[in-house]
Amino acid sequence: MTSETGVETHAEARTAARRRAMRPTSTGRVGDRIFASAARGSGILVLAIIVAIGVFLIVKAIPALQKNQANFLTSEVWDPNAVPPKFGIAQLAFGTVMSSLLAMLIATPVAVGIALFIGFYAPKRLSGVLGYVVDLLAAVPSIVYGLWGVAVLVPHMDGISRFLNTVLGWIPLFGGDSPGKSSIFTASVVLAIMILPIISSLSREVFLQVPRSHLEASLALGATRWEMVRMSVLPYGRSGVVGASMLGLGRAMGETIAVAMVLTLVPGINIHILENGGATFASNIVNGFNEASETGRGALIASGLVLFVITLVVNMAARAIVARRKEFA
Amino acid sequence: MAKRIEVSGLHAYYGGTLAIEDISMTIEPRSVTAFIGPSGCGKSTFLRTLNRMHEVIPGARVEGKVLLDDDDLYGPSVDPVAVRRTVGMVFQRPNPFPTMSIYDNVAAGLKLNGVRGKSRLDDIVEEALRDANLWNEVNDRLDKPGAGLSGGQQQRLCIARAIAVQPQVLLMDEPCSALDPISTLAIEDLIAKLKNQFTIVIVTHNMQQAARVSDRTAFFNIAGTGKPGKLIEIDDTSKIFTKPEVQATEDYITGRFG
Repeated sequence: MTSETGVETHAEARTAARRRAMRPTSTGRVGDRIFASAARGSGILVLAIIVAIGVFLIVKAIPALQKNQANFLTSEVWDPNAVPPKFGIAQLAFGTVMSSLLAMLIATPVAVGIALFIGFYAPKRLSGVLGYVVDLLAAVPSIVYGLWGVAVLVPHMDGISRFLNTVLGWIPLFGGDSPGKSSIFTASVVLAIMILPIISSLSREVFLQVPRSHLEASLALGATRWEMVRMSVLPYGRSGVVGASMLGLGRAMGETIAVAMVLTLVPGINIHILENGGATFASNIVNGFNEASETGRGALIASGLVLFVITLVVNMAARAIVARRKEFA
Repeated sequence: MAKRIEVSGLHAYYGGTLAIEDISMTIEPRSVTAFIGPSGCGKSTFLRTLNRMHEVIPGARVEGKVLLDDDDLYGPSVDPVAVRRTVGMVFQRPNPFPTMSIYDNVAAGLKLNGVRGKSRLDDIVEEALRDANLWNEVNDRLDKPGAGLSGGQQQRLCIARAIAVQPQVLLMDEPCSALDPISTLAIEDLIAKLKNQFTIVIVTHNMQQAARVSDRTAFFNIAGTGKPGKLIEIDDTSKIFTKPEVQATEDYITGRFG
């Protein structure tokens, strides 16, 4: 190849490039249209999926609900495979709400503590490692937590349960005569450990976003580190922490395997959460689905529908709380 | 309520980088001292060494002496938190606590200092807001968020917050650079009033402002990128702006560079 042709090809390439450069408006519009419809499609898809799930749950649940001989909302019995079928979600709702609320209450302060330590107290090198480890914990599959809960935590819960029963027994929740290991409380502890990473990792993100000027505002007034955290960091991050813990609550509610492995089935609501027994929506479904009759499946799906609704309500409540805080943020 | 600042042989570092080199000066009580100089010459860094805010940046450190009357701010047993309670600071961008009301913003420092009792707090908050020329504008909405005020009002709120704790010295880091001319004028009037009570040090990029508000002016300069900032000269403001000792000062104030 001569140098002359080389120059020519170069010039041609440049003209071609210029021609391409003159088209960007039209290709841009096509690209814009494709992107806009793709984005719109995805948005509609999300709504469609939610509606489809709702419709599926309702359609599958109705036949079973029609055959139900007990009050679906208030009955504590779960016997959908019997003839006539009797089932109610009272116990499941109690177990689900109690175990996840307790898990959230246990996990949130610890998670916020971890996030604050990583963000404002730990030496730089340590905080990097710790943040990484916390994020890693969030990626551990729930079955592993479940196995760990059964193999390691449950044997040790005996003493703790007994201790709480003795010290806090005057509170009905911690009362009862026979504190055990396979209790709602144990499930809460496992759940708390499971949701700890997500809450603390989200809280850390929020705390990292506190503007430097807010931190300096309190430091310049002569605030100690803790006072800086109280004056500038926590108020700024509060709604984020609430959102994070609500997200944790949602996860705890839907969590299945770990809870199912920990709990032993004892029928009926037991307010004494240190005693063996209890069931959640998810654990009940996973334990019963395989052996269920047609009506039994319908009943489980109906309970799934309730869980779906509760989760939606929790999420909406979280959003309402976050929105109410906006006035000052 | 006002103390003399005496700086001798002060160096400030960011990690391994020397940011300002060997600064010595005396700042008289109940006066306004302005720091001027091109961007990056270290005047803000130097200001932040006067209340030990420099060292909150990771890796930042200071060598040298800063005497407040006779106490060395960098003495081995001195708590930086205590220093910052004595030497107040106002920042470039107004930074009221966004989640606090106007009242709570002003009371924040008082509460840190353990001032209790509603009527006592009420009195001090009102006095600080009056001193900051803000009382008349906000006295009917003290419970509203401080972030809802205009930029100029927010900056005066920050000044009220700083002076409520009765500091010995008030440091201002370009307090008007984010404000419009009317708000700037309000702040300048305020500075003229506050210097009867406090020792005021102000960093400014606006030479007219330095000429208007200050009694003494210090000119800082930098030999080139990557070189440390230095104090070129400090003198009475009228002298700096009419016949400075150093050629670089004259070049800067006459607009030949910077």
